[in-house]
Amino acid sequence: MYSELVMDHFTNPRNTGEIENASGIGTVGNAKCGDIMRVFLKIEDGIIADVKFKTFGCAAAIATSSIATELIKGKTLTEALALTNQAVAEALGGLPPVKMHCSLLAEQAVKAAIEDYLKKCPPAEENAAMLEACKFEEDEEAELACYVNP
Amino acid sequence: MNAIYLDNAATTKVKPEVLAKMLPYFTDVFGNPGSVHAFGRSAKLAIDKAREQVAKAIGANASEITFTASGTEADNIALIGAAIRNQKKGKHIITSAIEHHAVLHTAEHLAKQGFDVTYLPVDADGIVSPETLESAIREDTTVVSVMAANNEIGTIQPIRELAEIARKHGALFHTDAVQAVGSIPINVHELGVDMLSLSAHKFHGPKGIGALYLKKGVRVDALEFGGSQERGLRPGTENVPYIVGLGEAAELATRGLQEKAERVARLRDKLIDGILERVPYSRLNGHRMRRLPNNSNISIRFVEGESLLLTLDMAGIAASSGSACTSGSLDPSHVLLAIGLTHEIAHGSLRLTLSDETTEEEIDRVLEVLPNIAQRLRKMSPLWEDFQFRDKNSDNSNDKNSGRKEQLCTLN
Repeated sequence: MYSELVMDHFTNPRNTGEIENASGIGTVGNAKCGDIMRVFLKIEDGIIADVKFKTFGCAAAIATSSIATELIKGKTLTEALALTNQAVAEALGGLPPVKMHCSLLAEQAVKAAIEDYLKKCPPAEENAAMLEACKFEEDEEAELACYVNP
Repeated sequence: MNAIYLDNAATTKVKPEVLAKMLPYFTDVFGNPGSVHAFGRSAKLAIDKAREQVAKAIGANASEITFTASGTEADNIALIGAAIRNQKKGKHIITSAIEHHAVLHTAEHLAKQGFDVTYLPVDADGIVSPETLESAIREDTTVVSVMAANNEIGTIQPIRELAEIARKHGALFHTDAVQAVGSIPINVHELGVDMLSLSAHKFHGPKGIGALYLKKGVRVDALEFGGSQERGLRPGTENVPYIVGLGEAAELATRGLQEKAERVARLRDKLIDGILERVPYSRLNGHRMRRLPNNSNISIRFVEGESLLLTLDMAGIAASSGSACTSGSLDPSHVLLAIGLTHEIAHGSLRLTLSDETTEEEIDRVLEVLPNIAQRLRKMSPLWEDFQFRDKNSDNSNDKNSGRKEQLCTLN
């Protein structure tokens, strides 16, 4: 059911744990649906210097969190905000259709952590545009609530 | 290390003795039981014998056994057949909230056809109390269906008391005994049931064959039409080798059942006690004593079931979970929600079901491996982090990032 890459990231997840005094923390999902992701960011000079995650969820949820942290590490905030759920799924060699929801959660967890950082920091002019990019689109929010079997 | 199979509530291994009895009926004794010639008569003799074996296993008469393609089909014929047959008398049927989908979805189908369905609640152990049935049953109730033992949490229902209430009110009583037959002694007369479903692959018989017990005199309408096989209730040429397998498996499973059940129950108790002792914040789901001898169902808080199952699988242990992720559906197990578990705790359930072939070494291996797996998954669980944070700060804030958010900007 899962690709080798998903099983690899599930068995040996990268960047698990937390960051002391993180610049931003984002938590998405809910226990009702069975998955919660929390991303910790350490941001230095507009670059994601370090990232860690904690996830409660299925193998796909853990694997998507793991790959998402790899994809944004060392990137600028703007680059990290451009991360899509499709990119997360593709980087894992694809996900079963019922698990695409997990890749969306991973994307949203990253955005939520960046948003947390931007809100806490004195807003610079360019932050406004980035804050906007952190927002979840409405249909994505609906999808986030829980997935329905296709 | 051989793989350890602890998912016997899902299905069991066909015993070699059972398979050996089946094989000649594919090649040598291949006749149609409906044929007059010797080939046919031999096949007919084989299904007659199997009918006797199944009847004996549940204390019934051979004429009361109808072979079906599955436990699910037996449930369908019982519920729909009895509801339709008696619809002039009334259109109310009663079942429980924790039935298998074979009964629940059949009841939902009847509801769509204009029947009124009452789902009896269960207590925190998953038991349907006779009082709730007594207060739900009505003049127009025609069928009551409550499972003998639950497939997820193993709870054994007070079938005799429930059946007595149905009888008193003139309603038929059906029990889905798919998990119970072959696991605990079942006698249809002692239980006082009118209809009972069973399935071969739950007691070391083949998949794709089951049976419905219909007490002498109980009539149900057929759902399928064709030949006169199984008195027209289940038309279609009989699946002779599988019927032979069911008969043989039923006889084997019920032979010395009490002793086998006691041995399995001892291992089950060792497993349950061991997990509860070694994995903090774990809980047993279902009644401690009134449960199937082979069933353990434990919620391990702060971890999700599918992750648990896959990690156990990689360690060579096959188990099951009530997590939504393992079923591909929206919600975790309806059984776990019905006994009052929160979604979060239901998602972290683990079902380990034994067989009479399970060894003490296998149980020891699970007890050795499981605590480390739980600990590893908890270490990366935000729920575990929040729980420990709350524990330390006794702050009941619902903030998603627990107490971390007041952290100030560290950039400037």
